[in-house]
Amino acid sequence: MKRALALVASLAVAIAIGMSAGAAVFPAGDWLDALRGDPGPATTILWRVRLPRVVTGALTGGMLAVSGVVFQALLRNPLAEPYLLGVSSGAALGAVSALALGLSASAYFALPLAALAGALVAIGVVFEVARVQGRLDTRVLLLAGVVVSAFFSACVLLILTFVPADTLRSAFFWTLGSLSGASWRMITAMLVYTVPALVVLFGLSRQLNALTLGEETAGYLGTETESVKRIAFLLASLLAAAAVSVAGVIGFVGLVVPHAVRLTGVRDHRALTPMSFAAGACALVLADAAARTVAAPMEIPIGVVTAFLGVPMFLILLRRAVRS
Amino acid sequence: MICGLEGVAFRYRGRSADALTDVDLTVSEGTHVALVGPNGAGKSTILRLLTGVLTPSVGRATMLGRDAAAWRRRDLARHVAVVSQGGEAEVPLTVRELVSMGRHPYLGAWSALTRGDHTIVDACIESVDLTALSACDIRELSGGELQRARLARALVQEPRILLLDEPTAHLDLGHEAGFMELVGQYTVTQGVTVVAVTHHLNVSARFADRMVLLASGRILKEGPPDEVLTPELLEAAFHWPVEVVDLGVLGRHAIAGTRDSVDGNV
Repeated sequence: MKRALALVASLAVAIAIGMSAGAAVFPAGDWLDALRGDPGPATTILWRVRLPRVVTGALTGGMLAVSGVVFQALLRNPLAEPYLLGVSSGAALGAVSALALGLSASAYFALPLAALAGALVAIGVVFEVARVQGRLDTRVLLLAGVVVSAFFSACVLLILTFVPADTLRSAFFWTLGSLSGASWRMITAMLVYTVPALVVLFGLSRQLNALTLGEETAGYLGTETESVKRIAFLLASLLAAAAVSVAGVIGFVGLVVPHAVRLTGVRDHRALTPMSFAAGACALVLADAAARTVAAPMEIPIGVVTAFLGVPMFLILLRRAVRS
Repeated sequence: MICGLEGVAFRYRGRSADALTDVDLTVSEGTHVALVGPNGAGKSTILRLLTGVLTPSVGRATMLGRDAAAWRRRDLARHVAVVSQGGEAEVPLTVRELVSMGRHPYLGAWSALTRGDHTIVDACIESVDLTALSACDIRELSGGELQRARLARALVQEPRILLLDEPTAHLDLGHEAGFMELVGQYTVTQGVTVVAVTHHLNVSARFADRMVLLASGRILKEGPPDEVLTPELLEAAFHWPVEVVDLGVLGRHAIAGTRDSVDGNV
């Protein structure tokens, strides 16, 4: 309970920081004007630009973290996450292909669907490669994920080379992510399908707990393993695909965030999943604030920030996994 | 009959030979049945058929009056619990958390453990003598302690049937006897039915009411330990000379002989 309150407080602080970070600095009076809704540059920037951006960041971070938690439970591997499994770049390829074929960037439902298709293709290929005698070899899995990811990113860049720049977002967006395109319409559309997905995944918490003991044991404890796995893989991929379709490919959130939450002693998915959502929201809002301010007025890609935090942690976890 | 197989044959996908052929097995309520036989004889396959994880290619596997595979996992887990060799040692959980997971089939998606659940969990931890270690990380337990914790998790399911898949494979003589003694107590006090796969003929001779000797997917002999543990049958099953010694109160003991004592016709 204490941890949950601390998380909510941190999220509030993160949102406040996210709202005040940026090229334009507003004095307290402008904030009050904006809160009252008085027309002016402060109101426009805070309500139309920064708040949607912060909300998109929070949702994207939360979804990526939950996606990581679910993949980790299903694969019984703390290193599993959508970016490293190739799911994110698969989603990016799906989205870019659909856009290149003429889908409008404001197709708020069709675009994530295309991304989901790409994500599922990626995960299918990775699993097929890593399956040894009916079981997934975790080391091969991550290796295959990274290689498939490199290939899909290459495909994305190839398409971007040939398609006119105004139809598609930049290569930066599709390889390192950005929250700059956030809008309220995009957010509402995203909530329509991610909220049910999150609710179902939260509801599967006990089953995910059981699955961490292994599939056979989980079955003996009363879990319908096959259907739980199928639903959870699909929804975790959907969350990652949704994140990619609004914010591009942002790596390592699904790795770092659940790990940090576990470090506080939380293992039960009934707490781990919602807390990871909140912590992921917090982390990505802060990462975006950093991306906007570190080299202001220039903006660095948010994926650079998350990689700087995520890669060292990945290496530490990998080292630990190899040793044991 | 509480569970059993009728004329069952089973073949794993992609294999050229049956794992089980023409197997009939009847387990009566409240008995302890030991499945013995060489590696690959089909012992664990029988457990998987009884739990509905596998379905017979031919014949019928029944569990509590129904087709074993027809059970919803959650309903089945309220009647049948399984303890196998291992699998979750690397997971960071306390003994109590591990044991509590046995309540899984009784809980809703969001509901917490009730006071009644906690009482059962405590009682089962106590019955396997792990109360002092209940806050310990399971990764720090010895092999014997971990198996007892897993037995407690199975007992927390309040099963009518306990299926054991080589639960004592990694235990020394003393811990093995202790583990089987605990299981035996449950058979007597709660009327729990036990079906145990094991390689340890002597231990099962002591604890089992009936033994089923399997070889190459067929039942060679089914009956009380006295009738199954004969040198002729064991040699036929294991392809190795065996002496059987009657130790009176301790029952019959099978001792693998050296090769030169018979005309090794393998």
